Amino acid sequence: MSQLADKPALRGADLRGDWTRARHSLTAQAGRYLSRWTGVGGREFVGARPLLLIVLLFALALLLLLSLALGSASIPPEQILTILLGGEADHLSWTNIVLKFRLPKTATAALAGMALGVSGLLMQTYFRNPLAEPFVLGVSSGASLGVALILLTSGAVGGALLAGLGLAGDLLLTAAAGVGAALTMTLVLLVAVRIRNSVTLLILGLMFGYFVGALVSLLLYFALPERIQAYINWTFGSFSGVTSAQLPILAGFVIAGLLLAAALVKPLNGLLLGEDYARSLGINLKRARIGIVLATALLVSAVTAFCGPIAFIGIAVPHLSRGLLGSSDHRLLLPGACLAGACVALAAAIIAELPGNNLVLPLNVVTAFLGAPVVMLVLLRQARGKL
Amino acid sequence: MTPMTPLLETRALAIGYRRRGKSDVRLGHDLKLRLQRGKLVGLLGPNGIGKSTLLRTLAGVQKPLAGQVLIAGKDIVNLKPGELARRLSMVLTALPPPMLMTGYGLVALGRHPHTDWLGRMTPDDHRKVAAALRAVKGEELAEQPAAELSDGQRQKLLIARALAQESEIMLLDEPTAYLDLPRRIETMSLLKRLARSQQRAILVSTHDLDLALRACDNLWLMSAAGITAGAPEDLALDGSLSATFRADGIRFDQQRGGFFLDPPGGRAVHVAGHGEDIAWMRRALSRAGFTPNEGLGRVLVSRAQNGSEPIWKLRIDESVTKHRTIEALLNTLESQQE
Repeated sequence: MSQLADKPALRGADLRGDWTRARHSLTAQAGRYLSRWTGVGGREFVGARPLLLIVLLFALALLLLLSLALGSASIPPEQILTILLGGEADHLSWTNIVLKFRLPKTATAALAGMALGVSGLLMQTYFRNPLAEPFVLGVSSGASLGVALILLTSGAVGGALLAGLGLAGDLLLTAAAGVGAALTMTLVLLVAVRIRNSVTLLILGLMFGYFVGALVSLLLYFALPERIQAYINWTFGSFSGVTSAQLPILAGFVIAGLLLAAALVKPLNGLLLGEDYARSLGINLKRARIGIVLATALLVSAVTAFCGPIAFIGIAVPHLSRGLLGSSDHRLLLPGACLAGACVALAAAIIAELPGNNLVLPLNVVTAFLGAPVVMLVLLRQARGKL
Repeated sequence: MTPMTPLLETRALAIGYRRRGKSDVRLGHDLKLRLQRGKLVGLLGPNGIGKSTLLRTLAGVQKPLAGQVLIAGKDIVNLKPGELARRLSMVLTALPPPMLMTGYGLVALGRHPHTDWLGRMTPDDHRKVAAALRAVKGEELAEQPAAELSDGQRQKLLIARALAQESEIMLLDEPTAYLDLPRRIETMSLLKRLARSQQRAILVSTHDLDLALRACDNLWLMSAAGITAGAPEDLALDGSLSATFRADGIRFDQQRGGFFLDPPGGRAVHVAGHGEDIAWMRRALSRAGFTPNEGLGRVLVSRAQNGSEPIWKLRIDESVTKHRTIEALLNTLESQQE
């Protein structure tokens, strides 16, 4: 805030300095409003930039609109708004395209981004490890085993059904991934209830991931090449596979997970100094652990079942939101990870389709390829001493 | 509550670890301990005797093997985590705080047991955080990133965090480890002041025997035989202190109130006079393996004035040498020893 603007490095009559000062005073102003609104005193957020939550909100709105407008057929934004508000578009096909294809895809991307961003934040805080990500609990490994079992062994069961990977095949895959994720989730929860140590849980999750990965590799080793291709396609991840009928299921899981996570902000803040301190602050550790694992499992299993194992967003978005908001307080980070996650996922989905081109890139390629440099930039800025 | 009712009390407490399929590791048993309001108690004992285990058991982090820990007459097993946190706070050997947390945010965490489900702070909460920062003289650390603080500054803030928790009982696990001597004295006198002025019961485990002897109202000496409690001076006089830390080659000096290497039984050197200079010379002599004696003798060290400059005089039999520093005198003495 003000003391940042007074730093010699930022002082000076140049435009950039003025801009910095203006930005910081705006941030301070926003901080005061936010503190009045949330009852959170401004002093806790010294050095933080809560205003960026509003910026992220605008970015999200813009990306939602772009995601609906861009594609093989370009539809003007005002027509999109008309269609969304239930009006008549200039072309009937536009209404169809937007409501049947682009709206489910856009909503899926936003929901998946929120889910992965928030679950990544939960895992990084709970394990006190900046490398933790939503998949460390092994939920996505369970999902991939389910998918691999269907795709790679179905030759004996009824391969004709899946040969072209039609709609029924897609549904079957979603169900398989969902069952795999749900079974893993139950397993992890059972372990989380018994195990006291977060590190043990982390290592168990990783070991489970390796174990299941080995099973999948074994299946791949004996599978037919075209089946392997189908499996690999699934691992690329995609937001386009969710129909309007399936969307409420995904949304239900994600909203439940997000609400649960929101109820956990206080224990999450308490965990910042480690489990012993959290306990001495009166936090019920067992309840917090089960809450965190359950929220993560809900968020990740739904997303993985419907979209495949989407890498990178879950590990990068928490860092991005910490770097942007300049805070480790989960009252800011949780909405931050939610918004930033949705933005990153939408941007990746838009870029993957390469507007004005029929080529579609694998989603997982885009998220990491474009996201990694952004996160590096944010982290380096932070390391330069900007709180 | 009358002042004599202890804030924390143990009944037939046994502490240690349970091991699956093996016998328990018992670090202390049948412990009857009391923490009184307004008193600073030091927990002393050799490494590995179970000081941290005791603190963790008293704080309810670890279950006792047997017996009970009572806070205000209630067994802590029956206290809800939030209620326990309002009555008892801890300062632990801390993990480094996360990036992007300010000193203020660190201290504000102490208000957790008093805030709502979102952790929202009322103006009253902010006043209490500010008061805690003032109590440790850490106001200027409020806006600094907690991850960039020195060990001493961080320790201050962690104590402030415990203060902000407003619990009557505070348990501190080696708060003076990693600190330099002035910071250690500062920390202990801060704790003593807090115990008095805010009428809290403070238990602090430490290896700083000398400091504990000076600052604590009571000591708990932990040894394999159990815990001996009492005023520091009583424990020194009845030999409990030296018994607790007994080790080869080390001896508790009842006169000087500290542990010293056993005297090697070196040559007697007589030192004449008294005062600060002489006291340091005695120390130097015993460090170098001589036995400093009072009075006059064959080998005599004395302080003299050479014009405006003070000098050391060393007389061995009839030959007298003069030295500007203690080091020079010791060198001469050692070279003539053979």
